Amino acid sequence: MSASVLFDAPGPKGRRRILIANVVGALIIAWLIFLVVSGLAGKGQMSPDKWAPLFTSNAWTNFFLPGLTNTLKAAAVSIVLSVAFGLIFGLGRLSEHKAWNWTSAVVVEFFRAVPVLLMMVFFNIFFARSGLVPGSEAPFWAVVVALTLYNGSVVAELVRSGVHNLPKGQREAGIAIGLTHSQSLRLVEVPQALVSMLPALIGQCVVILKDSALGYIIGYTEFLFYSRTFGAANANTLQGLLLAAAVFILINYTLTKLAEWVSRRLGSRGPRRTTPGEPAAVGLPVGLPGLPDTDADAGPRR
Amino acid sequence: MDNYLSLFTEYNIAAAFWVNIQLTFWAALISLAIGTVLALMRISPVPSFEAIGAAYVTIFRNTPLTIIILFGVLALFNQLGFTLSPNFNENFFRMAVMGLAIYHAAFVCEAIRSGVNTVPVGQAEAARAIGLGFLPAARLIILPQAFRGAVVPLGNVLIALIKNTTVASVGSVAVEASSVMKTALEFRGDIIIPIFLTFALGFVLIVIPVGLLTTWLSRKMAVAR
Repeated sequence: MSASVLFDAPGPKGRRRILIANVVGALIIAWLIFLVVSGLAGKGQMSPDKWAPLFTSNAWTNFFLPGLTNTLKAAAVSIVLSVAFGLIFGLGRLSEHKAWNWTSAVVVEFFRAVPVLLMMVFFNIFFARSGLVPGSEAPFWAVVVALTLYNGSVVAELVRSGVHNLPKGQREAGIAIGLTHSQSLRLVEVPQALVSMLPALIGQCVVILKDSALGYIIGYTEFLFYSRTFGAANANTLQGLLLAAAVFILINYTLTKLAEWVSRRLGSRGPRRTTPGEPAAVGLPVGLPGLPDTDADAGPRR
Repeated sequence: MDNYLSLFTEYNIAAAFWVNIQLTFWAALISLAIGTVLALMRISPVPSFEAIGAAYVTIFRNTPLTIIILFGVLALFNQLGFTLSPNFNENFFRMAVMGLAIYHAAFVCEAIRSGVNTVPVGQAEAARAIGLGFLPAARLIILPQAFRGAVVPLGNVLIALIKNTTVASVGSVAVEASSVMKTALEFRGDIIIPIFLTFALGFVLIVIPVGLLTTWLSRKMAVAR
């Protein structure tokens, strides 16, 4: 995309140079892949007994699928709770009530600044000691609560910037037909903001899914935990971790593509959306507070 | 109160945060270097370079950081015997830095690319018109403006990186903040909420100034158009 902007159609000399560079690039990739594979083979890591166990029914029914189920369970609960949290505090930040507005601002800013892992470690020990949840479920709820507090705060900022990005006429029309500030928000602005922030919201699901792997550190029996256990049992940790990474990449890549598709679909609707097809809009990095530059006009950052 | 204050004598909290700051510093430098090269590859006219850049970003942006750091310790170190330093602790520190850098480079690349998108077409056209090729144009015209336009997303990546240094605990960097907090929580069951708030506040105090600084910097550096 940038290519068409940055470069003129190359002439015969330019085309030849690009062709040479292209071949050199391809050779470099091939060489790198060869280095890695031969390096692994040299250490006996390419032998079938390291890889074959990954594709047996025992591996999947007893390790990978239970792990994946737990990962998806934690992620799904966190996504639902994050959206609820984000709506409550996003509306709070848009509220005209000074006290409510300030409380929401402090809550959102605090939870965006604290590392998710720090919260997970704390809630794990807190739940286990306080007996709020059954001891065996403490890691699950620690993962869910930590993910919800952080991602919910990000969603709250998405709601806020989504409402700010709406044309001013929407609010004016709401007021003109006699709605109060909060009615106009609830009935006119937020529903539209939710649609326009859908791609960013799907991007946030990628973040939640990735961060759920932090649960491994506090002993939640998720996908990475099982891959590691399986790897330890079969002396193929390297291969087990690669498989875990591949599964995460596959799921997240699909979600990212879905977000892009939704973004394109929405492109043919109304005049303004939160970040059209901007790569940075989808797949915000883990722990990335607020939206990237593209909606700087909405001032989502401090 | 005395009970709480004894926390600071029992655990060296400042030293723990210092480890996180050091991890941030090195990982930020290395990821900026890798990310810039990747961004250059992604905007270059050569399809194979573009493909390498795109593949790198897709792979590392979609992998959990936990797996990347764990891979360094369990797969590269334990299984393959790969080291970055003869010193045991130094080795794990460097591996954590590399893991953090490799992961965040994908986000740096995307941040710079979004900065490139803020550079008007006319700038590239003008560069071509005065006879600059790809690399000179990128170095003299496109990248300087792209970096100025990418201050906010780069700042966001930096903030994410600061918080993600806690994941180094899984890479056996045992003296960083989240590991020290875990030990403190386990041994001082009487004050777990104050302990959490102390460490959380530590991160708030680091992250919020960085956020304010990037906002200020982005205004100051914005290219007037």
